[in-house]
Amino acid sequence: MENKNAHSKPESELEEKDNSRRNFLKQSAFITAVALTPAPAVKAAAMHLDEKIAEAFEKVPVKLEVNGVMHNLSVEPRATLLDILREQIDLTGTKKGCDHGQCGACTVHVDGHRVNSCLTLGVMASGKKITTIEGLAKGEELHPMQEAFLKHDGFQCGYCTPGQIMSAVACIREGHANSETEIREYMSGNICRCGAYPNIVNAIQEVKSGGQIV
Amino acid sequence: MSTINKSMTDNKKQPSSSDGPSRVDGRLKVTGAAKYSAEFAVKGLVYGVLVGSTITKGKIKSIDIKKAEHAPGVLAVITHFNSPKVPGYQVATDPGKPAVKGPVKVFNDDQILYNGQPVALVIADTFERALFAASLVNAQYIAEKHITNLKDNLGKAVATHDDTEYKRGIVDAYKSAPIIVEQEYMLPSEVHNPMELHALIARWDAADKITVWDKTQGVKDTQSNIAKLFHIPVENVQVHSKFVGGAFGSALQVWPHEVAAIIGAKVVKRPVKLVLGRADMFTSVGYRPLTWQKIGIGATAEGRLVGITHHAVGQTSTYEDFAEGPTDISRSLYACPNVNSSNKILGLDVGSPTWMRGPGDATGAFALESALDELSYKLNIDPIELRLKNYAETDPESGKPFSGKNLKDAYKLGAEGIGWKNRKQEAGSVTRDGWLLGYGMSGGVFGADREPATVKATMLADGTLVLQTAVSDIGPGTGTAMVAIASETMGIPAHQIRFDLGDSLYPNAPQQGGSTITSSVGSAVYMACRDLKEKFQQLIGNGGEDKPNYAKILKQHNLTQLQVVTDSKAGAEVDKYAMYSWSVHFVSVLVNPATGVVKLNKVVCVADSGRIISPKTARSQVIGGAVMGIGMALMEEAIFDDRYGRLINNNLADYHVPVSADIPQIEAIFVNKPDININPIGAKGMGEIALIGMAAAVANAVYNATGKRIRNLPITPDKLVDWTALT
Repeated sequence: MENKNAHSKPESELEEKDNSRRNFLKQSAFITAVALTPAPAVKAAAMHLDEKIAEAFEKVPVKLEVNGVMHNLSVEPRATLLDILREQIDLTGTKKGCDHGQCGACTVHVDGHRVNSCLTLGVMASGKKITTIEGLAKGEELHPMQEAFLKHDGFQCGYCTPGQIMSAVACIREGHANSETEIREYMSGNICRCGAYPNIVNAIQEVKSGGQIV
Repeated sequence: MSTINKSMTDNKKQPSSSDGPSRVDGRLKVTGAAKYSAEFAVKGLVYGVLVGSTITKGKIKSIDIKKAEHAPGVLAVITHFNSPKVPGYQVATDPGKPAVKGPVKVFNDDQILYNGQPVALVIADTFERALFAASLVNAQYIAEKHITNLKDNLGKAVATHDDTEYKRGIVDAYKSAPIIVEQEYMLPSEVHNPMELHALIARWDAADKITVWDKTQGVKDTQSNIAKLFHIPVENVQVHSKFVGGAFGSALQVWPHEVAAIIGAKVVKRPVKLVLGRADMFTSVGYRPLTWQKIGIGATAEGRLVGITHHAVGQTSTYEDFAEGPTDISRSLYACPNVNSSNKILGLDVGSPTWMRGPGDATGAFALESALDELSYKLNIDPIELRLKNYAETDPESGKPFSGKNLKDAYKLGAEGIGWKNRKQEAGSVTRDGWLLGYGMSGGVFGADREPATVKATMLADGTLVLQTAVSDIGPGTGTAMVAIASETMGIPAHQIRFDLGDSLYPNAPQQGGSTITSSVGSAVYMACRDLKEKFQQLIGNGGEDKPNYAKILKQHNLTQLQVVTDSKAGAEVDKYAMYSWSVHFVSVLVNPATGVVKLNKVVCVADSGRIISPKTARSQVIGGAVMGIGMALMEEAIFDDRYGRLINNNLADYHVPVSADIPQIEAIFVNKPDININPIGAKGMGEIALIGMAAAVANAVYNATGKRIRNLPITPDKLVDWTALT
């Protein structure tokens, strides 16, 4: 389901890099200045200003188009897409289950493909279109997969559910939902500890056989 | 199967996944709008990350926190050297007596009791900075020799509770029987691993006032425990836990990480969010204890049980005596004149175990129901037939009648569902496309308790009924079931009813554990609705309609609302009856003789748990229990490297839980007969019985398929392949 409300195309990645590079050069000049004056540099280190300098380098600009809304962010390169979504944009529908790509709770779509957002750094997603569970419904109208999960009770606690649903939509789009066995195989990256798997398979089969465009 | 009376069960249609009303909170869950404990945007929030001990036993010598303190964004690094003391930890000890056992006192002293025990908490303005700074904390230890191996130390096990020994009739009577099974069983430690990581946000609102958004199965218990630990009035502790992303027993107590976050919030004077890492989920919030069991069963040649002897040794920590009582199931599952059993524990240098879904009985059922299956082959009697020959019509332990028991119906329904008639008694005799095919079954049982619960029911002017009680919902769909009860009792549609839960401000409700909520809170909802309806009928006088227009009546009487607060608890029935829920699990498996891979071919689970309130969520609960039982049978095992006292598979890639590819369609069948003696709604628990017995059913099916009896779980392929044939 491509988001129809998506804003105009984001600036190209090249422009992004140029931006970052300009910042880098500016900051490098400052570092060079520090390096050329040894005494103040030593003092800076003693007062832990080196940490402050490091801090300036730690952030990079990132543009994320999430559910059709553009976010201009300044993030640390080590920040994952998952943590950026949850902690900086307050989109907590995407869940943290393991931080190691082992459970699938953090599944989102990046340019239409399902990815584990915990294994994706925010900077890697810059300029890309991200769809999270919050962006799947059209206003009050649920996405067919959300309806099917509700109808077939494809969850209990609900924590893995956003990841399951994002994965399920992608599973059909990829052409990997042609049989029960195939669905099970291609949904096995998403763990459900409540054990709703049979219901999840039923939900996906219903959407697939319903022929709706997902 | 002729012994089962065919007329006892009718062919009521069993629910499919789409039958019945959907969850009342389902829309919030499928849209990502449901907020779990770490997901509240509390103003001024900062992030805490714990540093765990790298030794297993000993003392902390020093902790260098300078680097961490000076890392960007760090607000505080807390250790036992600088932590404010938790008042509830400071218990006067009697020098003449051994120290009182209890939970780990975080940042209280230099003692290391298990690997991964929190030794420091780093708080920073972002999660990334806290995580990095935590890597800079350098703790030095004085290590002592540790013991983490249960099997080598069984002889040191002790009985620590009064109720650990049981005797009925003659001790070890089984030995005198003509047909005997005597075997040992090992159950590895299993980890709850709910998908939501344990997490909380802690905020001090005043010097003696705190709010926590916490993952808990009981907001009232968490509230009172925090109040006790920090010596503040109970009403000054507010606990929110509206959505809980699974728990299965891991959130029944206040753990050290929760106390750590509360200490941290006090130190930095800002709200602290603390989310455990997945690795911490294996050590810091409990697990099902590694357990050794030995069973002796004796029977007459006709298959009548003569005696059962059942002993168990479960793992616990050195600082807490946790015993789950695995042998208790042997006291009452079958009619047997002579039973003796014991539950012992062995303290090891590990984090404490805790209740995990089907505690005690899931462990015991694996051994007892495996042994019974083994006995059926020795007797050459159908396993169901053997169970029917020893069917308990009254509770063998107490002698009391059962409040309601329809286990014979369950056997019949399950046998029909799986196609039991196709099973061959001879093990290893059926193949299909090169795979070995086998059938297995097992029973499960769990006590059907009812705890005190209070519900506040308010009819608003617009005809909306609001029900409030401080229960949590870890997933089974409590709100959905409660709304169904209220809808039926009040005669109003479900969409006019709101069920508020997960807040300590609401009236008392028990923890969501031990399969008690539908019975306890469901009864309270029913009684509150009945009281409220009566109040309305008093307003409109005698002969009021059965389905009054509540909004209209309020308006006629110039009332903005009408409210009742109703207490509910178990009564005299507790003394009169033995009260249980039962399950029977049936599976057929395919085993690849070359690779040892076990594939579930078909699974049918039958629940005899009284009246079914919410068919859709009840079905999901049964399926979910079966899935966890399949994990127990085939893959779950937390493995210690005893040299270091450390887990080697503390992640979801190496600790295997079932995934979609492992699980076939599972048929859930309900006997669905109200237990009229247990409570006013006739419903009893289902969460535990859904799992209890499942592992034995799988193991029994694997035996029927292969002729190999696996008594140490999980049944991994290496245990089934005949390696000698390859050499």
